[in-house]
Amino acid sequence: MKEALPWLILFLPLLSAVVITLFTKKDRELSAKLSIGAIVGSFALSMLFIALAGWEPIKQESLVTWLGVGELQVDFGLRLDALSLLMLLIVTGVGSAIHIYSYGYMHEDRSMSRYFASLSLFTFSMLGIVLANNFIQMFIFWELVGVSSYLLIGFWHERPAAADACKKAFLTNRLGDFGFLIGILLVWSALGSLKFSVLEIELAKNPDALGTLATAAGLLIFCGAMGKSAQFPLHVWLPDAMEGPTPVSALIHAATMVAAGVYMLCRVFFLLNAPALAVIGWIGGITALLAALIAVQQNDIKRILAYSTLSQLGYMVMAVGVHAPSAAMYHLTTHAFFKAMLFLGAGSVIHALHHEQNIWNMGALKSKMPITFWTFLLGTLALSGVPPFSGFFSKDEILVAASHQNGVLFALGVLVAALTSFYMFRLIFVAFLGPAKSPAAGHAHESPRVMTLPLVALAVPTVLAGFWGIENLYGKQFGLVEEAHPSSWFNHLFEPFNHAPLAALAGLGALVFGLSAAWHLYRNATRDRLPETFGVLTRVMQNRFYFDEFYATLIANTQDLAAKAADAFDRWIIAGLLIKGAHGTIELFGRALRLMQTGNLQTYTFLFVAGVALVLFYVFGR
Amino acid sequence: MHVGLEHYLLVSALLFCIGLLGVIARRNLLIIYMSLELMLNAANLAFVAFSRFNNNLNGQVMVFFIITVAAAEVAVGLALIVALYRRRQTAHVEDLTTMKL
Repeated sequence: MKEALPWLILFLPLLSAVVITLFTKKDRELSAKLSIGAIVGSFALSMLFIALAGWEPIKQESLVTWLGVGELQVDFGLRLDALSLLMLLIVTGVGSAIHIYSYGYMHEDRSMSRYFASLSLFTFSMLGIVLANNFIQMFIFWELVGVSSYLLIGFWHERPAAADACKKAFLTNRLGDFGFLIGILLVWSALGSLKFSVLEIELAKNPDALGTLATAAGLLIFCGAMGKSAQFPLHVWLPDAMEGPTPVSALIHAATMVAAGVYMLCRVFFLLNAPALAVIGWIGGITALLAALIAVQQNDIKRILAYSTLSQLGYMVMAVGVHAPSAAMYHLTTHAFFKAMLFLGAGSVIHALHHEQNIWNMGALKSKMPITFWTFLLGTLALSGVPPFSGFFSKDEILVAASHQNGVLFALGVLVAALTSFYMFRLIFVAFLGPAKSPAAGHAHESPRVMTLPLVALAVPTVLAGFWGIENLYGKQFGLVEEAHPSSWFNHLFEPFNHAPLAALAGLGALVFGLSAAWHLYRNATRDRLPETFGVLTRVMQNRFYFDEFYATLIANTQDLAAKAADAFDRWIIAGLLIKGAHGTIELFGRALRLMQTGNLQTYTFLFVAGVALVLFYVFGR
Repeated sequence: MHVGLEHYLLVSALLFCIGLLGVIARRNLLIIYMSLELMLNAANLAFVAFSRFNNNLNGQVMVFFIITVAAAEVAVGLALIVALYRRRQTAHVEDLTTMKL
């Protein structure tokens, strides 16, 4: 019974996706209920499983040999330890809230069945990544996540922007996955196994087993995370992916899909050596800073959240890079809660304003949409790292780890924290407070209960997740022996200040600085005054540092160059030299030989005699 | 002066070359034909000379054959030339280039 539970958790969403696609597509209500039922069932079963089996790693991994080619044995199995079980809870828990919310948000959409089928397929793929016990299985589900995100981002495929965005997301991800696959092959060729448990034991026995390939393998595997978790320089797909329905943004671009990259890095943390980790840390730090700077000057409510997600993902990757995977996972967990809630809150606002996304057309929503406002505010406080909300603790752990490893990254982290609170409170001040800036904002009203309930449900972990001891579970997973934490919540609240006062105070200072700057600039503001002060800089930020333009030019030029080279090769070498050359040579010979065929008897005779004379000379003459 | 095999062979070669020159250089078919006969007879002369100096009659037998065949050949060849002339109203070799594609 206990052994079958994880399989049931994994396959319930797939079952719902299949049933919806094959049988109940006509019945939108039933399809939605099936999908919601599947994920809530998975969530309930996950909790049941943890209640039965606890957090201890399950020694016996259930195995089915899926593929055996020569030495390569690919199993289909589940890995159950604190890391994957917590992730299981996040994916199914946050996923449940989002599924229920979607029922309200997508209710008017004609293709709701297709939407829920894709959502279920996505959940299945994500659970597959979480539970995978070997690289190949993870890679398969990794690609499945890519496919289902493609389906969901491009859900409104009749819109050109959405169609472009889903293509962009898929292709950018493929780029990273290519490196990931090569990295997997490197690991396999060096160690001969793809199972995480075997690899971990091998590397524990002999840390140099990968030899000179270690850094390359680590970085190539990181390429996969770079694509999925949208790290610089492959970050461009995530903001565009906001073209999908808002609950999709919440599910795959805040809580789960982008978390897959960080989760994978933590899962294979034992593979990464110091140089690879240094690169990972810097990439994460750069991503965090770039995205935070861009977010400061965005006006689309979803885009602000998208860049904020990017920035927080940068934080997590940086945490992995500073040898603190448990801090990364901790932040991933808390971030999943409050970012999903923020996205759902943004969706609620967008829904109420009839698909208005520009924050400068909002305002004064506090009194009209109280539940949305208060949950959104809680999410903002958590994201900005206000104690005692969950984000404060997880961010503090990252800053502490960074301060131990790399002073520059620590400073970067503090700067990003300041920017985070600045742009989030800018959003709050402009969109929810101050005067109503458009007629639509004046007539807004609170969303239906099916949409506000998930918000409230997500608000609970947003506020309290810092006190649940999640960090201890992760710490145990990564073998970090932490001193026993004080038991009372009051001590827990002040523990960061005793433990590492520098990081905690710096984080708090950054928060206050960002908040006061936002208060100063955007309280009751009706337009953005920042561009007047920092003209060029803000324009660059608004245009997202011109990454898209740069990539477009780069790709277009490269493609043109390659096309020109191929064209020249075809025109001159193949058509010119080979085909025309062969044809020309034969023609030339033909013409030359034709000259000899005069038809004149006497010429023939002469040539004949000359030939005989030559032969005779050759035979007798010497 | 003693006349030896070399002298006969020399005459034979001369005759052959004259005949060859006639075949290559002359334009009229009849003359070419005569030159061809000259070449045959140059060969005949060489055969007879060898036969005489080697005391072997095989060469002379061969010459008889050649003369016979040449007579038949002349009959056929002349008939062809007459037929050609009747058809084309010419016996000049430059006009006969039907072998050219």
